[in-house]
Amino acid sequence: MPDKLRSKQDLEALQKELINAREPGKPLIAVCNGTACHPYGCAQIIEAFKQELSKQGLEKKAELRITGCHGLCEKGPIAVIQPGDIFYQQIKLEDVPEIISETINKGNIIDRLLHTDPITGNKVIHRNEVPFYRKQNRNILGNNTEINPIKIEDYISTGGYTALAKALFEMAPEQIIEEIKRSGLRGRGGAGFPTGIKWESCRHAPGDIKYVIVNADEGDPGAYANEGLLSGNPHSVLEGLIIGAYAIGAHQGYVYVRNEYPLALANITIALNQAQQLGLLGDNILGSGFDFNVRINRGGGAFVCGESTALMASLEGKVGEPRAKYVHTVEKGLWDRPSDLNNVETWSNVPLIINKGADWYRTLGTDGSKGTKIFSLVGKINNTGLVEVPMGITLREIIYDIGGGIREGKKFKAVQTGGPSGGCLPESLLDLPVDFDELTKAGSMMGSGGMIVMDETTCMVDIAKYFLTFLEEESCGKCVPCREGVKRMRQILDDITEGKGTEEDIDLLERLSATLIDSSLCALGSTAPNPVLTTIRYFKDEYEAHIKEKRCPAGVCKALIHYYIIEEKCPGCGLCVKACPQEAITFMGKKKPVILDESKCIKCGACYDACKLGAVGKE
Amino acid sequence: MDKKVSDIINKYNGDRGQLVSILQDIQSEYYYLPKQALIQVSETMAMPASRVYDVATFFRAFSLEPRGKHLINVCLGTACHVRGAIRVLETIERSLSIKRGETTKDRKFTLETVNCMGCCAVGPAAKVDGEYFGHMSTDKVDSLLTKFE
Repeated sequence: MPDKLRSKQDLEALQKELINAREPGKPLIAVCNGTACHPYGCAQIIEAFKQELSKQGLEKKAELRITGCHGLCEKGPIAVIQPGDIFYQQIKLEDVPEIISETINKGNIIDRLLHTDPITGNKVIHRNEVPFYRKQNRNILGNNTEINPIKIEDYISTGGYTALAKALFEMAPEQIIEEIKRSGLRGRGGAGFPTGIKWESCRHAPGDIKYVIVNADEGDPGAYANEGLLSGNPHSVLEGLIIGAYAIGAHQGYVYVRNEYPLALANITIALNQAQQLGLLGDNILGSGFDFNVRINRGGGAFVCGESTALMASLEGKVGEPRAKYVHTVEKGLWDRPSDLNNVETWSNVPLIINKGADWYRTLGTDGSKGTKIFSLVGKINNTGLVEVPMGITLREIIYDIGGGIREGKKFKAVQTGGPSGGCLPESLLDLPVDFDELTKAGSMMGSGGMIVMDETTCMVDIAKYFLTFLEEESCGKCVPCREGVKRMRQILDDITEGKGTEEDIDLLERLSATLIDSSLCALGSTAPNPVLTTIRYFKDEYEAHIKEKRCPAGVCKALIHYYIIEEKCPGCGLCVKACPQEAITFMGKKKPVILDESKCIKCGACYDACKLGAVGKE
Repeated sequence: MDKKVSDIINKYNGDRGQLVSILQDIQSEYYYLPKQALIQVSETMAMPASRVYDVATFFRAFSLEPRGKHLINVCLGTACHVRGAIRVLETIERSLSIKRGETTKDRKFTLETVNCMGCCAVGPAAKVDGEYFGHMSTDKVDSLLTKFE
């Protein structure tokens, strides 16, 4: 650990020293250690790289960098090799010795580890030629591959904390706020409130003690954009937070992290300690006279705690129940003091804006939404991963050009943004530009960054039911419209998916939705109808099929489907017989199709999964 | 007085604002929140036991019942849901003869669900004792459970 930095000059000197210590041309292996790569065994791969480098006597001649998420999670484990920006994917343990002996030692490229362009069928060598990365604008996530998140030296050597030094020594707090306002940065937590205005209100709110808070309670199921950023580049969030604290006049900050993200929690904790040791946090930061401390709080798995007032209640050691916001949290928030809360991604944008300026920032995006947005592109998509795109890009470009289209050649049905507060958009809206206002107009919302792609095998009524079941469990129960309304709506959807729906149900769902929107205490309740309203708006035919024809077109709703054996495809192998927990399938001898007794079938789908020949049908 | 609990409370200087973190640490130690520990937290930190209980029952991460030796977490995030996570969960429920939130009679397994673990790319995902398993399907359940038998 370098010595404590006592001035801006100390920071600059350290940065220079770190840059000079670099050996240009020295081979480098940047291996992804992101959360999504762990199920692929990236920890063992990293260990193998360490051992192999020492076995081949190269530990001094080549550098191994353990990094955060590279983004293309679908193809993990991933490593990028320098010089040459060579992109290797789906690395197995047995590939490691060859990567060292061939690529690191001799500069030869190993063909089988390269990415294949799905359109041209050609192998791609360099990372920036991989179609997944080509249309992205990785201003924020890009650094994930350049640094080891638990080494503050890596962050500083790539220009880290220079924005803080600039803010502290060259800018007045009002000037910083003006710059953020002018940049057009809007809250990345989902609602899109202008960040600069929020900061300004908090700065002007009466009171000496103020707080700044990082909202890292990414509760949207199916979104891990904040996770990838916080675990992959924690210092960028911290630097943004310190700049914000200085601009607002706060001396205490909080990071509220979801406990389900062990890696993000570990890395932000390490980052915090390092910043403290280096004098970038604590008393008299860089000799500027500004004091600021940060504390980490862990969540307890409550979705509602992503709501600002609920989060603040939780920070006070109370249950995470929201309150009515007649008085805004920028005036009376945590402990009744002026508090500014922003999302992880919002904070991470701040150093960029301070360093490069609002004018540069404004060149990216649309009129109403500036900059880039990180999405976790998941579901029935070929390239699952974390993507960062300029605002204004179309859904089609994200799904097809970056995401590589729908898995297994299936047909696109819908894309869901905004999590349980957002909506499902159909194919006809694929050319919609992605920005805060356009998504809201279409009945969805930006949200914190979940983008879930659904295909023809996804039932839209089931999806609406899924979100309402989620929200019913997560509703804190404080206000009646949300507590009771969400429950009743879920019950109606239960009926529809069980073939018990009536023609009045759709109308009833719409009326209940209107009540929730008008009268819920917080956004959890007032946005809860979105998944239902958008699926009714864009996929009414599916509701009608369930209600009138008692049929689930996607083959999902258990009560409305049945499994059967397609005799001409069944070789009588017996795999399904073994898989069936109900002994509902009878083996009739080799080369004879099996027989399924529907009266015993519980529709668990085990036979459907077990059959590799497509001989089990479902309708 | 349980020393482990006192140590945890002291680590946070008995700060009431850190109640959730304190309960998380106690739960990491005992795999659930024992009644005695909650009473100790309430007495040491001078908070009504009702408020500690309030928080302990509000957050879904906490369990007031003892858990089994192995904790299975099945992800039910949206990305996993659209890829068939429910069927995986139901298969585990049938194999262990318990419902989600319950513990097997022999105290070997506790089955819980989680709303996203941040590895949507490999969904449906499950986690057993901190180890991640991706691309789960009904026919992989048996071998997963055998691994932890």
